[in-house]
Amino acid sequence: MSSLHADRKLSAWLLTPGLGWLALFLVLPCLLVLVYSFVERGAYGGIEWTFTLENYQRAFDPLYLGILLKSAKIAALATLFAVLIGYPAAYAIARAPRHRQPVYLFLVMLPFWSNYLIRTYAWIVLLNREGLLNKLAATLGYSGDPISLLYTESSVVLGLVYNYIPFVILAIYSSLSRINGELWEASRDLGASGWMTFRRVILPLSVPGIAAGSVFVFVLSIGNFITADLLGGKQVQMVGNLIYAQFLTARDWPFGSALSFILIAIMLLLLFVQALLARRAAEGKA
Amino acid sequence: MSEVKNVLVLDKVSKSYGENLLAVDNVSLSIRENEFFALLGPSGCGKTTLLRMLAGFETPSGGCIYLDGTDISPLPANKRPLNLMFQSYALFPNMTVRKNIAYGLEMEKLPAAEIRQRVDEVLATAQLGELAERKPDQLSGGQRQRVALARALVKRPRVLLLDEPLGALDKKLREKMQLELKRLQHESGITFIIVTHDQEEALVMSDRMAVLDGGKVCQCGSPAELYENPNSRFVANFIGVSNILEGVRESDNSVMVRNRALTVESAVGEIRGQAVALVIRPERLQVLSSATPLAEEQACANRVDGQIVEVAYHGLDTNLHVQTALSDKPLIVRVPSSQFEYAQFEQGASIRLGWQARHARVLTR
Repeated sequence: MSSLHADRKLSAWLLTPGLGWLALFLVLPCLLVLVYSFVERGAYGGIEWTFTLENYQRAFDPLYLGILLKSAKIAALATLFAVLIGYPAAYAIARAPRHRQPVYLFLVMLPFWSNYLIRTYAWIVLLNREGLLNKLAATLGYSGDPISLLYTESSVVLGLVYNYIPFVILAIYSSLSRINGELWEASRDLGASGWMTFRRVILPLSVPGIAAGSVFVFVLSIGNFITADLLGGKQVQMVGNLIYAQFLTARDWPFGSALSFILIAIMLLLLFVQALLARRAAEGKA
Repeated sequence: MSEVKNVLVLDKVSKSYGENLLAVDNVSLSIRENEFFALLGPSGCGKTTLLRMLAGFETPSGGCIYLDGTDISPLPANKRPLNLMFQSYALFPNMTVRKNIAYGLEMEKLPAAEIRQRVDEVLATAQLGELAERKPDQLSGGQRQRVALARALVKRPRVLLLDEPLGALDKKLREKMQLELKRLQHESGITFIIVTHDQEEALVMSDRMAVLDGGKVCQCGSPAELYENPNSRFVANFIGVSNILEGVRESDNSVMVRNRALTVESAVGEIRGQAVALVIRPERLQVLSSATPLAEEQACANRVDGQIVEVAYHGLDTNLHVQTALSDKPLIVRVPSSQFEYAQFEQGASIRLGWQARHARVLTR
């Protein structure tokens, strides 16, 4: 049909600016990074156009592999806590009266109105040796040395959880709010307790939301370098800091590129798994 | 006749939302053992709220609900031996047909072998055997409906509640499922309470039914009772098609409609001058012609002349819309199509109608 043909033509036109933008500023630089990761580093920081696999070999050197694994561990912990804290919140919002839900969601999004750096700095104020938490402990009668809460893996995890939890809440909320309300009642009607209903019906149906939120937090956390820099200091180095250092301090672009590409590969793999889960969930829906 | 046992007794049950909205108003009903009971009414009449109170999803604002003599009002939904089949079916999308049906039995913590056996049985009864491993989204509407029914029936509830169970099905399938539900009810021996807005469905399926309006029960009885003897204009209009003539009581056996005295069945002690309505079912109106046997014509105490304004052919029957001096709206006359002669019933043709005194119900409400 001619109208269908016209529709297709129109959508092609509408897609062009967006796709063009992505191709020019995302796909192309990524390809460049990919190419860089297979060449040698120049003596003065430039690049030598000689093919090599050495950058990848170096990435699996115990020193760097350790940083990569530690980054993964920190990201995994951040994901775990974000889901554990975010799920109940999302659940409460989804079960709140319908007209109040937008208000709660707005409150969840509110932290995004302030700058990421400022939000993270706020944690330094809270956690440092003279910070609020130590002062509070002193007021409550704690008399030992101030505890160093800052510059530990825990403080980095805390910062990541704090910054990314809205994504988890939104993702889980969106999958919970799509569950037909009569399913709760049907489960109760068939003799299930509230906990059973949650475990057997609601939780399985919200897995796509948990997966989407988790991937979000993990992917954003594993590559994050600002939080690690501010709250981890010299003690906690993540792969993001390493890449930052390769490009800006060590001027070893090929090695930085290889590390970046390993990171991209991990992220793509996770997104793929998540898409697979989402599709399976979609097939299971009425 | 053996004594009739009541399974479920509703005693002055009310439900209000806020101060002004009374969804269910002082409803008292008794539902008998092994009965197919229909709650019929237009949307917003309170029938669904009533059903949800029985299931335990709403708490009555007043009154009691007795199941086998015990007040179940304080029990939560998961502790009541009643099951509800939801209008949306509410099948768990993450479970197969088999798991959906087994769910309720697993909650009773029955042994696995017994669960398996009972699920297999009900799968066979509902003709779902081959679909046992499918997920709900791989089923047609009719199949989903059967799964929802099987899931509720497998629990062997004292009473099965059905909320508009056939609403989502097309007409042909609906008619088939009406009979299917009736058969299942007979075979299982479980009391069914069905909520519907479809009067035909209620007439076909139920043993007894209650018509609700504005949160109140208008009338309760067998389908034939309600159809033949409606107690109000509302019930007469809601169930089947009615010709309603507005008039005034003239004497014990006559009603004045637009300056014409119509003969009705004699009733003693009626108040003269009271506004009443005469209800005559379309199939009770007779077409009178020169070919009508004299005895038949004489049986009709009331006769009226009119003009055919419309002829509506329904297959088995033909409905004639006849404009008379008795009402603004044309009277509807149903004649079997087998007696239908085209020459006789043409739009614009003159026609004489008659009815027997006993076929007009006098309503005061």
